[in-house]
Amino acid sequence: MSSSNLRFYTGLLIAGALVFFGVQALAEGYYLLVAFYILQYIVLATAWNILGGYGGYVNFGSACFFAVGGYSTVFFYKLLGLQTLKSLDCGWFVITGPYLSYLIIPASVLVGAVISGLMGLGTGYLTLRLRGVFFAISTLALTVVVQTLVLNWPYVGGARGAYVMRSPSVAGFTSTNEFVFFVMLLIAMAALAIARSVERRKLGAGLEAIRDDEDSAECSGVPTLQLKLQATTISGAMMGAVGALFPFFVTFVDPIGAFNLVHTVNSIAMPLIGGMTHWSGPLIGAILLGGVQQYFGSKNMVTPELSLLFVGVLMMVFVAIAPNGILGLWQRLRGKDVK
Amino acid sequence: MEISTILDLLANALVAGIMLGGFYAAVSIGISISFGMLDIANISHPAMIMLGSFMAYLINSHWGLDPLLIMLLIAPLFGLLGMGIYRVYFQLFESREKDPRRGLAFFFGLLFVTDVLLILFFGADLRGVETSYVDTVLNFGVVGIPLRLLIPFFIGVLVVLCMHLFLTRTFFGLAVAAVSQEPLGLRLMGVDPVRVKQIAFGLSVATAALGGAALIIIQPVEPALGREYIGRVFAVCVLGGMGSMSGTLFAAILLGVAESLTSTFVGPSWSPAVAFGILLFTLAWRPAGLMGRS
Repeated sequence: MSSSNLRFYTGLLIAGALVFFGVQALAEGYYLLVAFYILQYIVLATAWNILGGYGGYVNFGSACFFAVGGYSTVFFYKLLGLQTLKSLDCGWFVITGPYLSYLIIPASVLVGAVISGLMGLGTGYLTLRLRGVFFAISTLALTVVVQTLVLNWPYVGGARGAYVMRSPSVAGFTSTNEFVFFVMLLIAMAALAIARSVERRKLGAGLEAIRDDEDSAECSGVPTLQLKLQATTISGAMMGAVGALFPFFVTFVDPIGAFNLVHTVNSIAMPLIGGMTHWSGPLIGAILLGGVQQYFGSKNMVTPELSLLFVGVLMMVFVAIAPNGILGLWQRLRGKDVK
Repeated sequence: MEISTILDLLANALVAGIMLGGFYAAVSIGISISFGMLDIANISHPAMIMLGSFMAYLINSHWGLDPLLIMLLIAPLFGLLGMGIYRVYFQLFESREKDPRRGLAFFFGLLFVTDVLLILFFGADLRGVETSYVDTVLNFGVVGIPLRLLIPFFIGVLVVLCMHLFLTRTFFGLAVAAVSQEPLGLRLMGVDPVRVKQIAFGLSVATAALGGAALIIIQPVEPALGREYIGRVFAVCVLGGMGSMSGTLFAAILLGVAESLTSTFVGPSWSPAVAFGILLFTLAWRPAGLMGRS
């Protein structure tokens, strides 16, 4: 392992441990909640940035990929009758109540990621051969349509929404929420590691070439469609993974909450504000913007609409005056040339 | 169901679909101009339409003016608004660099901020207008045509017709058609391409005022309704071929009929999915649109 990799992974593990034990030490549900939402946005923003930041293709469907993950959990929960499952007999050993979550929650996350990833691949295959703006429009419209499908599908709760009953306790954790939070933390750490490795591999270099000049890239032998599809799939899968975990945290999913445009706006605004050329940009954006929203929201200082207005206006200001986000401002301050 | 009942339903659905289609043309034409002719990715257009609807509601509820009159009053204001937006867009993005992401993010921000502002001011309640003709239905045998559909239909057809004549018969219109392809050629003819784009973009936003007023004649509105129109307007524009006026009208009527049939025979809650189906199929198999020259 090279020294920069070693530094990154050590740092990531230390940061993860600090977050987990920090939240545990504060022992208040409130901090767990805030940290969960911020981690969720770190993943959404990082996922968006893999296609949008590196490749230059704007995805307006983050909410849709997120919701599809959530509804895959709802669907399989009901299909497999997991609501009432007390223990699982696997032949030579039996998984009992407190250990069930170790199996069910990661499996749901995996399934949600696969389904959302496939949706990304499908949408990308149909529209990514065209100009970028058509992909953007398709993803925007995709959200409305998948929401229509869910609203008309009574099996997953239709307009009323659906409950996901999780097991009351998880072995080794003080509460089920804490375990869900732990899984969220692992997903966020994985997301950052994936983004960083994409950046350093052929995929990242190819995406960058596509962003700068797609025709030239194609002529120089970059397999543009293939790389774009890889990026869409990875990005969609990451959004689906957090979406699939979400029902276990709030125990309830409904179309209005799951398909909310707020997820989309945040996952675009955060990389834009943090910086789109480096994996740390979405991280910075998510911590700042997510932190501010959670802070104001929880203190009831402003209505949710006002805090959304703030996000929207801030995004427009940044896109106008600081195209490379906070990272770009920082580089300019240190006198480095900005990409 | 008996055959005669089905035929009655079919006739009504077809007529309603054509009416609806005319209205869809009115809301889509602005996008077709800005995307197809000006190369400006104005995805905030659906939010502008909602703004138009709420302006119509505000003026109607305060002074009791007819939405048709209001529409003519606010269209010039929307035109000025559009020219202002283009000014900002040009200064910040178009004149600087060619990163389409930033322009898209700018217009997406505009869409979102307008949306949130409407919710802040008007809440999520349904708002409608009061006119003498909203509830009137003209009956032709088994087919009934409500005036609240017929009037928006005529607005749409009229707007498309005027735009078509304007773009093909006047010097300025021809300059608009040329502006994204041959800015240098225009410059050599003594025309300022930026000015042409600014005025044309103003016109495209002005059509949102007409579309918005037409929308609130058809049905009461709430801010989130704009999202349903995102899929519709883009489906119409892509199917019709960006920048083609006759294509827009034809595609809009096709979508209107498809939605109306779906709504009658499958269920109204499914109709938002029709537009997206059409959009995706067109993008996948005929991206230049039905009448487009690829």
